Amino acid sequence: MKKFTVVAAMAAAMMGSTAAMAADLEVTHWWTSGGESAAVAEFARLFNETGNTWVDSALAGSGTGANPVIISRILGGDPMGATQMNTGRDAEGLIEAGLIRDLTPIADEEGWKDFYADPGLFDACTYDGKIYCVPVNIHSWHWLWLSTAAYEKAGTAVPKDWNEYVASWPALREAGVVPFGLAAGWALNGIPGVLLADVGGPDLYMKVNQDHDAEAVRSPEFRKVAEAWAALRDVVDPAEVVPQFGDVANQLLAGEAAGNIHGDWIQGEFAVAGATPGVEYDCLPGLGLTNRIEGGGDAFYFPVLPEGTAQDVIDAQTALAKLLVSKEAQVAFNLKKGSMPIRTDIDLSTANDCMKKAITILESPEGLLPSGETLNSSDTQQQLDDLNQEFFADKSFSVDDYIEEYASIIEQAD
Amino acid sequence: MTDIGRSGAMGRPVEADKPPGLLYNIFVRNITAKIAASPMVAIVLIVFIGCTLWSVWFSFTDSRSLPNGDFVGWAQYERLFSARRWKISATNLLTYGIFSLVFTMVVGFLLAVLMDQKLRFEDGFRTIFLYPFALSGIVTGLVWQWIMNPTLGLQSTIRGLGWTSFTFDWITNTDMVLYALLIAGTWHGTGFVMVLMLAGLRSIDGEIWKAARVDGIPAWRTYLQIVLPMMRGVIVTTLVIVGSGIVRTYDLVVALTNGGPGLSSEVPAKYVINYMFTAGNLGQALAASTIMLVAVFVILIPWIMIEFGPKKAR
Repeated sequence: MKKFTVVAAMAAAMMGSTAAMAADLEVTHWWTSGGESAAVAEFARLFNETGNTWVDSALAGSGTGANPVIISRILGGDPMGATQMNTGRDAEGLIEAGLIRDLTPIADEEGWKDFYADPGLFDACTYDGKIYCVPVNIHSWHWLWLSTAAYEKAGTAVPKDWNEYVASWPALREAGVVPFGLAAGWALNGIPGVLLADVGGPDLYMKVNQDHDAEAVRSPEFRKVAEAWAALRDVVDPAEVVPQFGDVANQLLAGEAAGNIHGDWIQGEFAVAGATPGVEYDCLPGLGLTNRIEGGGDAFYFPVLPEGTAQDVIDAQTALAKLLVSKEAQVAFNLKKGSMPIRTDIDLSTANDCMKKAITILESPEGLLPSGETLNSSDTQQQLDDLNQEFFADKSFSVDDYIEEYASIIEQAD
Repeated sequence: MTDIGRSGAMGRPVEADKPPGLLYNIFVRNITAKIAASPMVAIVLIVFIGCTLWSVWFSFTDSRSLPNGDFVGWAQYERLFSARRWKISATNLLTYGIFSLVFTMVVGFLLAVLMDQKLRFEDGFRTIFLYPFALSGIVTGLVWQWIMNPTLGLQSTIRGLGWTSFTFDWITNTDMVLYALLIAGTWHGTGFVMVLMLAGLRSIDGEIWKAARVDGIPAWRTYLQIVLPMMRGVIVTTLVIVGSGIVRTYDLVVALTNGGPGLSSEVPAKYVINYMFTAGNLGQALAASTIMLVAVFVILIPWIMIEFGPKKAR
């Protein structure tokens, strides 16, 4: 009996001491590809150095598959300690319901708004003047990735912008190179937005996505965008579509495909393969046409934990929120991820050419274009994706019909 | 003790002086059985019927990601029926459904007839044919995706063997992708139909076969004109099970094509899931699921009328 008491006391003391020092924090995210998981491992490493434990919970299915799982877990009363989540209307629903922790006190204390490269990044996180999420990087779809090897095969110079790229397609076909490498499924969904902002210009982009001006969709400027989209559709042979964006990265490095419009995370794949920008591949932000690109951050949210959660866990949430935007974490994470850091005051001497191009854009005074996801509800976005998928798969879908369908979605958009 | 024992284990009175009243019939008769069944009844009422009504109600609201919208009448249904994707999904399901129903029923019946020929190793064959049904739609879809993927599967294998012009790219071909789906669906569902049909065939009295043989009727005519009509109950039940399964087709499509290329293999269930979770538009998703429910009823109600309705004198 006496022995038992001693053991129990020791156990209680140990539990007490570990609890006082640190806590386990479950973090959900959907960074599962090679480059992505290497990047998120950097956050985990730095968080574990604070004495807390990062309980990694990676979800399959990227944003479209994992985000709903995360939302339903929070709604279902089983919140995780911290989570990556898409900003936008769905997150606002959770905030309205009081399920997400208000980070304003931490942001004020740390002076987040002073060091963020574009305070506009917080727009997507702000609700009723309060900050509910931490943007950890700046992502953009607006990159044209070009394969040096493919252009060597075709015997032409690597294009400097979209128009030169389009002009190079026949030569590429002749040399047996796939002009545009494409991954199946969601990889298609980002491309129309890029064409809208870069071929159509930032003004058109804002008119369509922010003002929801259907007349802008029926304008000749938009027709140019739709025609570029149709040209891309016609150059892609459905039999050449590969399963994953990582496969496109391999095609580009091998010179089997010449170009691809894809988000900057594909650079993580290039990095994993040991490729260097300017040597094996080249990058054109804004398709080489514009300096003002759309950018949005991946953001972390901290759900409100259920009643009776230990204070240590809540403190661990605070510690993680501060850590994610620290200089050290930003460098370590974004170099692996291929995305742009949220602050420009960090040491980028190890950054590659593409990241330097990105920083130049980031430092330009006009700032980033707000991303389509934050301007349109996910409902509208889904309808546009449906239309784009249908248009791209059906080569008999005319540009006129496309414009009319697009306009009718924008008319009802919110 | 003996008195209680004699009054009947099921609470039935030993004798009744007058016929029992309505209230007695509802509450007291077979009281033990009613108590035992009450949790099930409560689950059916609350979970099935209650949640169904809840879903139908919210299809008339403008709810987004949370069920808190205002009543908007038929607006969600108007949008649903003007959505291109919904039209494509419904047409796809109709095409797929008709072909799938016919193929699984016909092939399933033929296999059952073959099994019925006093085969050797019948147990082995039955297991082999039923085996696909034991796999989930996801596994079936994935396996067939690998087989039919032009760059990995059958096409590249046969080209590798030297027949370089061989083409089997249904899965990436907008016009043929539904038939690719059909191959996988038939492979998956036929064994189940076969087992049900075989049970039906075995329930036919052997005397009928003897009588048919005495009359010199060939076996195929016996099957077609005597056995098949006698199996009406089994066939209708199989049709209902297979038919309502087809309306719900989801996992096979997700694993095999994920609705692609483009929207050419989309199905209604996928529309519901996409609009509920990805697009965060509960009202629209529930309107679509309500239409699916109506479609299932269209299949179920005639069956209920045939099976449980007043029996006509024949």
